[in-house]
Amino acid sequence: MTDTSNLLLAVRGLKVAYRTRDRVIEAVRGVDIDVRRGEVVALVGESGSGKSTIAHAIMGMLPPAASITAGTVTFDGEDLTRLSERAYRRLRGQRLGWVPQDPMVALNPSHRVGRQVAEPLLIHRLASKAEAKTRAIEALGRVGLGQPEIRAEQFPHELSGGMRQRALIAGALICGPALIVADEPTTALDVTVQKRILDDIGALAASSGTAVLIITHDLAVAADRADRIVVLRHGTVMEEGDARDVLRNPQDAYTRLLLASAPSLSSGRRRHATSHPAAGAVRPLPDPRPPLVAVENVTKDFAVSDAGGHRGTFRAVDGVSLAIAPGETLGLVGESGSGKSTLARIVLGLVQPTSGEAKFEGRALAGLSAAEERERRRQVQPVYQNPFSSLNPRLTVAEIVGEPLAGFRLGDREWRRRRTLELLDQVGLPHAFAERLPAELSGGQRQRVAIARALAPEPALVVCDEPVSALDVSIQAQVLDLLAELQHRHGLAYLFISHDLAVVRQVSDRVGVMKDGRIVELDTADEVFRAPKHPYTRLLLDSIPGRRLAEAS
Amino acid sequence: MTMTYPRGEGSAAAGRPVSRALGELRIATASLLRQPGLLLASIVLATVLSAALFPQIFTPLNPLRGSGAARLLAPSAAHWFGTDQLGRDLLTRVVYGTGESVKAVAVAVMVGLVLGSVIGLLAGYVGRWVDDILMRVMDVLLAVPTLLISLAIINALGFGTFNIAIAVGIGSVASFARVMRSEVLKVRQMPYVEAASFAGIGPLRTLIRHVLPNAAGPVLVLATLELGMAILSVSALSFLGFGAPPPAPEWGLLVAGGRDYMATAWWLTTLPGLVIAITVLSANRVARALDRRHAATF
Repeated sequence: MTDTSNLLLAVRGLKVAYRTRDRVIEAVRGVDIDVRRGEVVALVGESGSGKSTIAHAIMGMLPPAASITAGTVTFDGEDLTRLSERAYRRLRGQRLGWVPQDPMVALNPSHRVGRQVAEPLLIHRLASKAEAKTRAIEALGRVGLGQPEIRAEQFPHELSGGMRQRALIAGALICGPALIVADEPTTALDVTVQKRILDDIGALAASSGTAVLIITHDLAVAADRADRIVVLRHGTVMEEGDARDVLRNPQDAYTRLLLASAPSLSSGRRRHATSHPAAGAVRPLPDPRPPLVAVENVTKDFAVSDAGGHRGTFRAVDGVSLAIAPGETLGLVGESGSGKSTLARIVLGLVQPTSGEAKFEGRALAGLSAAEERERRRQVQPVYQNPFSSLNPRLTVAEIVGEPLAGFRLGDREWRRRRTLELLDQVGLPHAFAERLPAELSGGQRQRVAIARALAPEPALVVCDEPVSALDVSIQAQVLDLLAELQHRHGLAYLFISHDLAVVRQVSDRVGVMKDGRIVELDTADEVFRAPKHPYTRLLLDSIPGRRLAEAS
Repeated sequence: MTMTYPRGEGSAAAGRPVSRALGELRIATASLLRQPGLLLASIVLATVLSAALFPQIFTPLNPLRGSGAARLLAPSAAHWFGTDQLGRDLLTRVVYGTGESVKAVAVAVMVGLVLGSVIGLLAGYVGRWVDDILMRVMDVLLAVPTLLISLAIINALGFGTFNIAIAVGIGSVASFARVMRSEVLKVRQMPYVEAASFAGIGPLRTLIRHVLPNAAGPVLVLATLELGMAILSVSALSFLGFGAPPPAPEWGLLVAGGRDYMATAWWLTTLPGLVIAITVLSANRVARALDRRHAATF
């Protein structure tokens, strides 16, 4: 803090307020942040902490409803809050680089990638057209895109998400800025891609002396890359300091909560507190009962047509066999497009496999009568990724949770009412929530409602497709605990799907690793994580952020 | 953001919708006061509506009886809209014509809304060949100009204000069906609809409980937008003489009746025409406000 000569960005007492129709919301309430030259600083916080608002305030890109009500943002000796829009424009792209959050929407689909990367050079008149073109190709090569000459001539839709994010980083770096602000630069990407891109940002910053301010919700990402960490909550800084110090010796209670909630590979199997410790050790042994659900050698092809109109098939699931025993949790990990969600839908009976068979209690799904199919649907319940779209916005919590009870004609009206309240108790929601609408609940509370609905008809298997991916880490931990407790209480089996290996490890007895529609490895969770056999599993494990986190604990 | 409900178990269900409705009313009034244009449009529509229901409170005169001495008088303090060739007070005729026009417009919009919604709902939810057949028929309806369709239907049904309303309504079925279908397609693939199939709920109940309420919003907004269009179409058709026979006051008919006196008595066509224009503009302004409110809540 004393070393001010090297200070590049100094945010002092920053307050930002959003003005809505009937009130003013203070999103940032007096924040101090320092970034020195060549330093990587991570701004960590959960949704609603004001981290993105701070990033936008620094870039002078606050939405019209927001305004800086107090404080200064000094960049290289100049107070940015007093800058005119004109003066800001000279700064942006040239000395202040910006890497936006979602690479899928941040590039203009109707311009070639090279032109968009070169745009800052042309706007700031730093290069001629021809020169800008060669420098754009150079920059694309520098951020690790193969064949940059070809990439520069392509349109954004021809590039994958990771490639687009690299192109955006190339655009942010092309003028040699003193500071890059990256707002959740890898949130939309798969872990293996995330690792490479974060490595690239780090290496490029180090080699060019550019300072980086990374905004992230993921403490593990911050832990691995940053020199210093700033922890934000409700618009105030909870803790700020050297990354290693913060991780090893967190001073603030909220930082400790975040650290404890962050799923990392060092944390073991999450179990209900009262369950016998030995139970976990004995569990993955072969269960004498027949499997609840089994898929045998299933393949699923989807018809696709490419840009040229040629029809073909895309094999989403390719010859997969697996079985889930009563009471066990089978975790399924894989990156986007690995076929894990399609496999889940085959298990749920929502997708017919092209070949192979899905079975429920030893009987093929295709051969079930209408009444048997109804009973199967009672026993196999889904929990979806996004609790914002899995609950009907027009029904109250009680109506949503009570729906399967009425649908399967369980009990009478009075019994159903009591059972609904009992289910709310089980998922830790107060009875007062019964009459609320989903819009009045937070994401974590909605996921609890979705879980209560799935539990209502007393199923044997719950298929959870990314059940915590849409939630903040501290909420994730609570929901995972709840799932573990309910499993212990009701002897439920779970098919648990996630892109997040650390989360899967915490809940699973056995883990399957999917890639390109195949299960490349399927074994007990301990085996998969301690002694991975397939090279892809090893790559996945290496890519998980949070190594420093594990070292610190 | 956090809300507390300090009520007991029993009163929770009863007390809640009332307080919510009151709150929404308060917000609606507050936003109305902040938009003078919208306020004015709402007042115009309220006036038109009350004129339709209780014309006597707006004018003491009889719309059908004129006085020979007061023929073709220009607008004045005694006759705000002037008088026609038979000495009838034009304002009185416009006021009494409101009822007929409003009734026709209401029927037209209801016909379009109900028929279009059912067709769109079936097409979107059942899909496959049902969708193909229904929507191709709708495409044909859309391909022919609305006025032409209405004329054809009136020719089949016969003249009269009610038949005009039916004809205008059928002319707008296609746009309702298309909006409903696209909304149903959107809602149908929501996870909560899929979840309903794991709650032991049949397709019909899913349609009524989960799909319809969540798809209806934009269709209702379209209905308010169609209101303005329907006023115009109904007036246009009665202007052409397909509606009520002459002595009865009706907006389109009033405009038509004044044509012969254009050169000497401009007010006979201009003022009823102005009333139609202002009502259409007000209906559209209110519809736009509803549309925006709808967009903001979803």
